[in-house]
Amino acid sequence: MTANTSAHAGAAAAPLLRLDGVMAGYATPVVGPHSFEVRGGDRLGIAGPNGCGKSTLLRAITGEARVFAGRVTRAPGLRISHQTQGFESLAGFPLNGRELLALTGAPARGLPPWLRGRLLERVGDLSGGQMQFLRLWACLMAPAEVILLDEPTNNLDREGVGFLEEVLRDLGPGRALILVSHDAGFVRRVCSSAIALDE
Amino acid sequence: MNFSLLADPLFRLPFLTGLTLALLLPAVGMYLRLRNEWVAALALAQMASAGALLAAGLGLPVVAGGLVAALGAAVVKTLAARTGESGYAMMMLVGWAAAILLVANWPIAEQLGHALFDGQLYFTGAGHLALALATLAVVAAGLAALAKALLLARFFPDFFRARGYHERRYHFLFDLLAAAATALATTSIGVMAAFALVFVPPWFAYLWGGSWRAGMVIAIAFGALGHCVAFALALGLDQPYGPLCALVLIVMGVTGAALCAARAALRRHGKPLR
Repeated sequence: MTANTSAHAGAAAAPLLRLDGVMAGYATPVVGPHSFEVRGGDRLGIAGPNGCGKSTLLRAITGEARVFAGRVTRAPGLRISHQTQGFESLAGFPLNGRELLALTGAPARGLPPWLRGRLLERVGDLSGGQMQFLRLWACLMAPAEVILLDEPTNNLDREGVGFLEEVLRDLGPGRALILVSHDAGFVRRVCSSAIALDE
Repeated sequence: MNFSLLADPLFRLPFLTGLTLALLLPAVGMYLRLRNEWVAALALAQMASAGALLAAGLGLPVVAGGLVAALGAAVVKTLAARTGESGYAMMMLVGWAAAILLVANWPIAEQLGHALFDGQLYFTGAGHLALALATLAVVAAGLAALAKALLLARFFPDFFRARGYHERRYHFLFDLLAAAATALATTSIGVMAAFALVFVPPWFAYLWGGSWRAGMVIAIAFGALGHCVAFALALGLDQPYGPLCALVLIVMGVTGAALCAARAALRRHGKPLR
């Protein structure tokens, strides 16, 4: 299918990112053609069944997946932050939470209380949900105009999901969010617009 | 036993050369372990030893031979990046086989071969120390510049690429630093002592370090302490430095790891070790 979507909230702002008829994949195309654009303040959700190419579409935006047709246009000097689903365990690495956040330039200010007090511990000692939230926070709060989140609610409990929803709804006018999630309710609660990909 | 040799000025230069390498190699090892590439140190050391022996046979500077071989190995490794650990294993075997054959067939390489395999630090002179200090300065500056990129590429690979960075470029630069440090160490303290200093202190630091910064400090201090003890024992007991260095580091590491496990067990039972 082709999704022609403009997710922008303010008509005056120039698009941060624009996809025109993008077909993307690796050895062969697996998703597309899709067209949409996002501007500062937009929160675009991408929904669809497993295997429909949601993550590949995000990777086409970052340049990791091959664009077979169409075009991805970024605003000059655009900084993208990308959080992927699934990650390697950090157990065994001598790295604490504060150092992990510093890598992406994310501030610790605003972290939920259940994580704030554990920033000086080794990240490998955190629970799976705490680790997921910390990595998510590191990408979410990094200096970037466009944030790509891929299944961010994985491993999070209800409290974590609730906190994340609040943060995502309050990203600010200069930043745009593109969110991939299988959780239609989460997409509905967080995003200002959404597109659905077919299998 | 004759520990009075420790005060002999003759051994000051070898001690300082070893100490410089003991500060340098654990820091390099921390980043090799970060990438699960600690086997690379042994491969680079074996290639450096073969290069040094070849240079000796051809009448060329030994350190330069080791350096060229190790840097060449780093380039090959980058070009064959997909081979991963298998590539290192191949390099290790090639380096070892070439070194043994050179020693067996080239009398001029035989004495150097023994020094490289035994780890005879005592033969190092002012030139080795100057080179070690220069390498320490270059590698320290290089690691300071590359540290954030190497850590970011390891822990946030997609974020790293989304910012338009390429891991390969940073990894290649780091590989060159690792190759230079390993080659110099191999020609000064031997193959296995160099490998032990790259491998054991970071292994221990990864167990004990509460943060990356603390881990670096622990690894470097561990390497320096291990060198001092090994040097004193080697001189006092009239033994080759290389094997003692490896054994001392292992004893220190295993003892520390046992303490670490005991502390964790006590913590699990609500009795923190003070």
